Amino acid sequence: MKEESKRSIDKASQQMIDKAAKEKVKLSWDRLEDMEPQCGFGQLGICCRNCTMGPCRIDPFGEGPQKAVCGADVDTIVARNLLRHIAVGAAAHSDHGRDVAHTLLLASEGKAHDYEIKDVEKLKKIAGYYEIKTDGKKKEELAREVAEASLADFGRQEGEIKFANRAPAKRVELWRKLGIMPRGIDREIVECLHRTHMGVDNDYKNILLHGLRTSLGDGWGGSMIATELQDIFFATPEPIRGKVNLGVLKEDLVNIVVHGHEPILSEMAVKASQDPELLEMAKKSGAKGINLVGMCCTANEILMRHGVPVAGNFLQQELAIMTGAVEVMMVDVQCIMPALKDIASCFHTQIITTSPKAKFPGVTHIEFKEEKAYEVAKSIIKMAVDNFKKRKKERVDIPKEEMDLVAGFSAEVIHHILGGRFRATYRPLNDAIISGRLRGVAGVVGCNNPHVKHDWAHLELVKELIRSDVLVLQTGCSAIACAKAGLMKPEAGFKYAGYGLREICEAVGIPPVLHLGSCVDNSRILIAATEIIKEGGLGDDLSCLPAAGAAPEWMSEKAITIGMYFVASGVFTVFNPPQPILGSKNVSDLVCSKLKDLVGGYFAFESNPKKMAKLMINHIDKKRKELNLKPVMYKPIIVKT
Amino acid sequence: MKKIFCDITKCVGCKGCEIACAVEHSKAKGLSAALKERPLPKRRVKVSSSDKKILSIHCQHCADAPCILACMSGALSKEKESGKTVHDKDRCVGCWMCIMACPFGAIVRNIEDHIAVKCDLCPDREDFACVRACPTGALFVGTEEEFKKILKKKTHV
Repeated sequence: MKEESKRSIDKASQQMIDKAAKEKVKLSWDRLEDMEPQCGFGQLGICCRNCTMGPCRIDPFGEGPQKAVCGADVDTIVARNLLRHIAVGAAAHSDHGRDVAHTLLLASEGKAHDYEIKDVEKLKKIAGYYEIKTDGKKKEELAREVAEASLADFGRQEGEIKFANRAPAKRVELWRKLGIMPRGIDREIVECLHRTHMGVDNDYKNILLHGLRTSLGDGWGGSMIATELQDIFFATPEPIRGKVNLGVLKEDLVNIVVHGHEPILSEMAVKASQDPELLEMAKKSGAKGINLVGMCCTANEILMRHGVPVAGNFLQQELAIMTGAVEVMMVDVQCIMPALKDIASCFHTQIITTSPKAKFPGVTHIEFKEEKAYEVAKSIIKMAVDNFKKRKKERVDIPKEEMDLVAGFSAEVIHHILGGRFRATYRPLNDAIISGRLRGVAGVVGCNNPHVKHDWAHLELVKELIRSDVLVLQTGCSAIACAKAGLMKPEAGFKYAGYGLREICEAVGIPPVLHLGSCVDNSRILIAATEIIKEGGLGDDLSCLPAAGAAPEWMSEKAITIGMYFVASGVFTVFNPPQPILGSKNVSDLVCSKLKDLVGGYFAFESNPKKMAKLMINHIDKKRKELNLKPVMYKPIIVKT
Repeated sequence: MKKIFCDITKCVGCKGCEIACAVEHSKAKGLSAALKERPLPKRRVKVSSSDKKILSIHCQHCADAPCILACMSGALSKEKESGKTVHDKDRCVGCWMCIMACPFGAIVRNIEDHIAVKCDLCPDREDFACVRACPTGALFVGTEEEFKKILKKKTHV
């Protein structure tokens, strides 16, 4: 087998990996090879660097030290390390939410005049959750109150995060009973850091419970605020066509890749890329036009709302530059590989950082300011146009692969798709599950990781699920992986979906795999699940649902936090690779089994996607039995490859 | 003779031995100070993996050493009394033939000085820096017979 096909199953990616090898450019896969063997202490989570009596490491073979200098045992060390990961993941997503809320505040005060409030209906709905009266108020006034109320949830010291009360009543009661109802988004994160300071919380169970609380502050707090307020600004997504994979880069156009996570600036970049003045300039420099495409979750954000093409997912960020056809890669925050600078230096590509939180030494930084958003976006696009002349034609190789997809499935729009504009409802979905036409619902999300063949686990798992009549909801890089393989075309139902799911897809006109957005939009999955419970007939709590989650190629701390809030919300969730907790039997037992008795959800670690699907389907079938639902109508189909 | 062995069932690939070896071969013999030395001290141990098995590779001081046969400048030789394979850095011309010949991959290059370097069994100390640093007890110092005994015990358990 050739090297590139061991690294990715995606043809376009293979072509660029091959090009990189020929040109001796190092990619993440090469760096992983150089890094191997990777440290076993790190993988097991049994190294503590929290104070300078250490660093301490517990001997996993039992012959060496079993206690840290302070006396912490392996359970304490593993749990503390995990809690710090959760804090970082929650911080990342929530800080994204904070930026959106801050921009909304500025816009409502007329200070960020490039932004307008597009979705007044959603604004009113969100105002309702914050118990803000809507009648007679101008949208700016209402937006200011909503922004202030959501910002207050970040700094809240007592009480409860407002959105957490959107969960089914029984779930909220359980959280209160366990003492894990999040009080304030920032407070829980800060408390993680306090508890993991030398000599504070030593009880692994107590530590993990706080981890659950912190993650809930992300899923039902920071991330949900990000999603909802972005919808207010840029409109709630509706089904929209798009294109995906490296083939969306075009030889005769000025190519700009926007990469990262927050749509605040990239929305403006989308607008600026159609600026007549810039288009004229592009033509003068020999290009036929300007081609703005996305990468990672920024891509998902602007795909969901504008149908902007997606160049690829996490492991394709280096590969996009390898095409030699990217004039500018504009980045903001999260999942931006430091390696981009080195690879860009092999080509004419300019990396431009925009967030004061995320700079590279020696890389052009054009700071984004909400007050002059369009101006900043325009200046970046102009740099790309100017850079087009420097492109070396002989070094350009753009893979042909580009795939059609339909994205834009927000929790709200599912109402309308299923029930029509005037009698919006989740009823048909609930009925389909109750009657056994659908087996259940699965959320498949998360990153890429060079430890797993690029896109392979996502695809194998999702195909296995949909052939067994499980409707799959996706976000993030996982969604991009399946979109590239054509699973998000409505026609995919005919090839890959089981008979029951196929009937639903045909009747409603949806693909068997639904794209719900970026990784902060995992909050949409929580809302959709809550809507299903509200609709009735499938139990009174999220843990009753015939549903499961998975992150088959995860790598980032955000993924740990997402997994934790799904589990704390009652969802069985499968992870690959395993979380760095296997050094402690007690913590692993708690995470992978005993959490079930506490919150209904728990984790499993499994690397084989077929077995992953089996675990999820078994769980879904068990839940169907508990709800006394009819047997599933159809057997899983066999898909010819 | 006593040499250093690695129990592959215990090595987790933390590379603690690599760090300790480099520090031992520094002027300062301390981690933070060693990191400031130029050129940086060179380790003579390498942690490698193959087929998901990890091991720390050390000079095995072979009885019939291929590196000595390959050495054209006479830098590598056998110390008669101890049986150690020793390397004289002043005679080394950096032809890398020893690296080609070593069946264990236990000899590394020092690019700055253009000479080969290998495990010298820590001449400046009583014990061995890498064995001392190994947190899992995967590294073992002793005779071949002693190591075989340990392995035998393992297979019986």
